[in-house]
Amino acid sequence: MSDAPALIADHVSKQFPGGQRPAVDDCSFTVNAGELIILLGTSGCGKTTLLKMVNRLYEPTGGRILFHGTDITQLPATALRRQIGYVIQQTGLFPHMRIADNIAVVPRLLGWQPSRTDARIDELLTLVGLPIDYRQRYPRQLSGGEQQRVGIARALAADPAVMLMDEPFGAIDAITRTRLQGELLQLQEKLHKTILFVTHDVEEALRLADRIIVMRDGKILQFDTPLRVLTEPVDDFVAQLIGADDLLRQLSLLKVGTLTTAPVSPTDVGDGSPQVRANDDVRHALALLLGTGAQRVLVIDDAGHVTGQLGFGDVQRALHHDLAVGS
Amino acid sequence: MSELRAAYPYLLEHRNEFWQALAIHLELSGAALIIALLISLPLGLWAAKRRQAAEPIINSANALRVIPSLAILFLAEPYLGLGFRPSLVALTILACPPLIINTYAGFRAVDRAVVEAAYGMGMAARQVLRGVEFPLALPVLLAGVRIATVEVIASAALAAFIAGGGLGDFIQRGFSVGRPSIMLVGTIPIALLALVADLVLATAQRMVTPEGQ
Repeated sequence: MSDAPALIADHVSKQFPGGQRPAVDDCSFTVNAGELIILLGTSGCGKTTLLKMVNRLYEPTGGRILFHGTDITQLPATALRRQIGYVIQQTGLFPHMRIADNIAVVPRLLGWQPSRTDARIDELLTLVGLPIDYRQRYPRQLSGGEQQRVGIARALAADPAVMLMDEPFGAIDAITRTRLQGELLQLQEKLHKTILFVTHDVEEALRLADRIIVMRDGKILQFDTPLRVLTEPVDDFVAQLIGADDLLRQLSLLKVGTLTTAPVSPTDVGDGSPQVRANDDVRHALALLLGTGAQRVLVIDDAGHVTGQLGFGDVQRALHHDLAVGS
Repeated sequence: MSELRAAYPYLLEHRNEFWQALAIHLELSGAALIIALLISLPLGLWAAKRRQAAEPIINSANALRVIPSLAILFLAEPYLGLGFRPSLVALTILACPPLIINTYAGFRAVDRAVVEAAYGMGMAARQVLRGVEFPLALPVLLAGVRIATVEVIASAALAAFIAGGGLGDFIQRGFSVGRPSIMLVGTIPIALLALVADLVLATAQRMVTPEGQ
């Protein structure tokens, strides 16, 4: 792969025949490798249309899209799609194929050795937290949440650098959805995929996003980190959509990792300060600070290494600084 | 009961003629079904894929269904004459409507999300058709084949009226000489044939229906 950004949309538009206005209207954005980008907006705002132009299920009527620096129209559509994982709301699992065969679709299209495909199926089932003996089952024998885990495993099968996810948890009950969101974040910590994720669920957007693209009427209104979208909405529509007036609720949705945490020296970690993970929400960190009376929490990564620290002042500064800039 | 008892000696006596009639009956039915499939599969598929094509095709298929099979046979006669060929044409026309309609219904019933996922994963159009749409449409399609097969096997008896041959010969002969026992020599095998074909296709239909569905 080149050093070019994973995805660039360059003045992309889509006008459907007979549509009153373009479904997607002159959208430009750049996504860096390893970012989880949320496309957020109400239904009909063009977010799904924009997503489907990336894997050429729709062709833009204007502008162009670059995939690792290459104009996607330069690649055969099938070849492009085999390099991009695709997860949709209704799972789209093939009901006549066993779970193993569902997961094996792209590796087989790519002509992998059967033994390699076989090993990959087991690896993926384990990765998404399903028992290996699910291989032989059919999709309808699984619950909705399990089916979507298979959907994600299938999209990851050939280890694509980029994943497109179209409201993947939209049809799943709230409890399972929250769990799957957590699992996706854990997967992302391990795999560092570039993910475009469509949702109309603000809480989901704030919980998952590295950056959020807010759309309305085919246009991009704002492209920013969750924190900045919250604290500096560009207009009343974004403010209202995101619920920018309810700060406490938002603290429960923001990840600790989205705040700029203060660096910490390795020798300065042994005082028994409480620890939080980068994916924990800020409210959790605040609750720890308030509950333990500690001056700071240590932020740790998956391996248990301390990556930073967070105190009341840092939270306050993060919110206030941005608020001040925004007003 | 006595008619049934009388039918068996008659059958033995006309053994060679019976086997020949059976062969023609099967040939006529089989050929009609194969030709009808070759016509109906593409038409049904086209109707399922193109909204503009659907209405005329499905309406024509339904209209064909209304015409009685005997009428089709006699309508074919002035153009194609007597014998095997016009019988084949008539039976083919008879077999098409259920095949077209069920092909259409089968492909239309395939979940659009599944097809979209297939394309999204990088399958080519032909791979989607063969690997996803066709197997998912197959149970409904086979139901159409079942209907058509039973209809054709039963209606092939009428071919005897335009000298097409087949087991209908015995029915016609028995009718004209007023001996029901001869009619049974044609009727019973036809009924058995239709039953067996239906059973075989029902089993096939069950086998292609995915588990858990």
